[in-house]
Amino acid sequence: MGIGVNGWPRTAEDLGRWEHSGQVAITGYGVSNLDRRWDGVSMDKTYGAYAIQALQRAIEDSGISPDDIDGLMVCPDAAGDSWAADDRGTPRSYFDPPYDSEDGLTIVTTNWLIKGMEREGTPLKNLTFIDDESSSIGQLTGKAAQAVGEGKARNLLMLYGMGNVEGRYHLEEGNYSSGGRVWSAPWGWMTSAMMQHAFVFMQYCTKYGGSHDNLAPFVVNQRRNGLMTPWGYYAQHEQYQITIEDYLTQRYVAWPNGLLDSDRPVNHVAAFLFSTADRAKDMKQKPIYVLGHVQAAHPSKSTMATLEDHEQWTDSLARRLYEAAGARGPEDLDVFNPYDGFATFTQTYLEAFQWHGVKRGDAFDFYAGDIRVEGPHPFNSSGGNLGNGRTRTAMYTDIIEQLRGIAGPRQIQLRHDTGACGQVTPGGNGHIFLSVHQNL
Amino acid sequence: MPKTIPVANELTKPFWDAINEKRLVLQHCDDCGKLQYPIRPKCWQCGSEHLGWREVEGKGHILETMVVHDTRVVRRKGDVPFNVSVVSLDEDPTINFLANLPGTPAHEAPQGAAVEILYEEMEPGTFIHDWRIVS
Repeated sequence: MGIGVNGWPRTAEDLGRWEHSGQVAITGYGVSNLDRRWDGVSMDKTYGAYAIQALQRAIEDSGISPDDIDGLMVCPDAAGDSWAADDRGTPRSYFDPPYDSEDGLTIVTTNWLIKGMEREGTPLKNLTFIDDESSSIGQLTGKAAQAVGEGKARNLLMLYGMGNVEGRYHLEEGNYSSGGRVWSAPWGWMTSAMMQHAFVFMQYCTKYGGSHDNLAPFVVNQRRNGLMTPWGYYAQHEQYQITIEDYLTQRYVAWPNGLLDSDRPVNHVAAFLFSTADRAKDMKQKPIYVLGHVQAAHPSKSTMATLEDHEQWTDSLARRLYEAAGARGPEDLDVFNPYDGFATFTQTYLEAFQWHGVKRGDAFDFYAGDIRVEGPHPFNSSGGNLGNGRTRTAMYTDIIEQLRGIAGPRQIQLRHDTGACGQVTPGGNGHIFLSVHQNL
Repeated sequence: MPKTIPVANELTKPFWDAINEKRLVLQHCDDCGKLQYPIRPKCWQCGSEHLGWREVEGKGHILETMVVHDTRVVRRKGDVPFNVSVVSLDEDPTINFLANLPGTPAHEAPQGAAVEILYEEMEPGTFIHDWRIVS
């Protein structure tokens, strides 16, 4: 318990191929039900209840016994607001156990989960490795793979979710700012990546030409792909396709960013089982091998990072991930689901990885082509956050489904042997490279 | 515009004290010579903790401008739509600031325009810096 993972994070240059490349596999996954918000009443729809549901479904998908699970890793913080007070600051009461604190409502710790799994009849009795210190799924997936590669666990369940309770998301009340917010809040700069990336996006348009309108085909296609993901927010709750016209006439939040550039917070959890390659060969599902993972953490030089910073950082990221996986480059990457938490920065990743030959400044022309899943450039086949709600996990489940060949109407028609995705922003993220082969 | 009022701490107090005197002072690294803003415990460039203060001239240029139409910062809700520009400092263009450009209507901030610092009194004796376009 609480054992450190030695070779993590992988943030440095020239680390070479990942030392455990092909020796770890994703052998199961599970997604919970999904709601726009927890209603504050339904105790079978809490963040914690959905976490247990996701774990149970991942175990079921993998076909192994809970007794075989010896590792558990979660990101406790679900990134939403707390339950302690509503968005106007009015205190709210907790509930009877196990919902007598934030744990289980808006966060979920390994301690809470272990008790919950026992309560729900799927006890994890043989855990020897537990970790709940990671901050995002981008970090978490790499750390889970590293832990299994280092032998900390043979079958490690990894859980990530996004919570959302009633009320306006992340309001900042009061007349004063403190801490790091003194450098941004007074001028109305929100705590969101939205405005940082709106700034970099405008620099992008100035440097390469084009405008916010050029994102329309990408955002429309993300919704289309999301509508083909049965458990996603839009497939369940808003079953209509948006149009280019919808995009061009959307309501702006922080121009050039509008509502349709922004992912909608949801209440949802996903779980993934990472196993040793030896163990994976005898399991129910086709192993999806982890060939490499890398992370990035870059402090901004000043108030805002610039386009130049983001391009340098993501160039490094792509170079290091291909190297970690033993890949030649974009010619070895079949399924690519870069993050789209805001539509304005996805092209930064697309161009860095040069997927389908897209180089710096090419993204708008690429978006204007055929990027549908059935076409020649099936970009972001998951639909991402924009197509599914702010799950941050749809990119991962899509790659697993594409590589297994079970993506249904989203199944791409090209080779689908490898995939890559990650979270979150160019300044801080983790990415993973997956394959049906142990070696390329 | 009713900006939120910064609360200084031990590290940032010299900066805000200078702002209250209508002076712009930035951190200066004694080891690598780099200027630094926002204020931090260490130099972002070289990691040194040997940081002093240096007064700079409040002149800059607009890099890009966003326009806030809806905000989570409740105190600013009555101001929408308003400009939020990123302004680079002429003395060191790697240093940038946020600006609302008082006097310039939303969506009318010209990219690349020259700006100068101004000081707005938020409470008696408590100022905050902003930037305005110079003709």
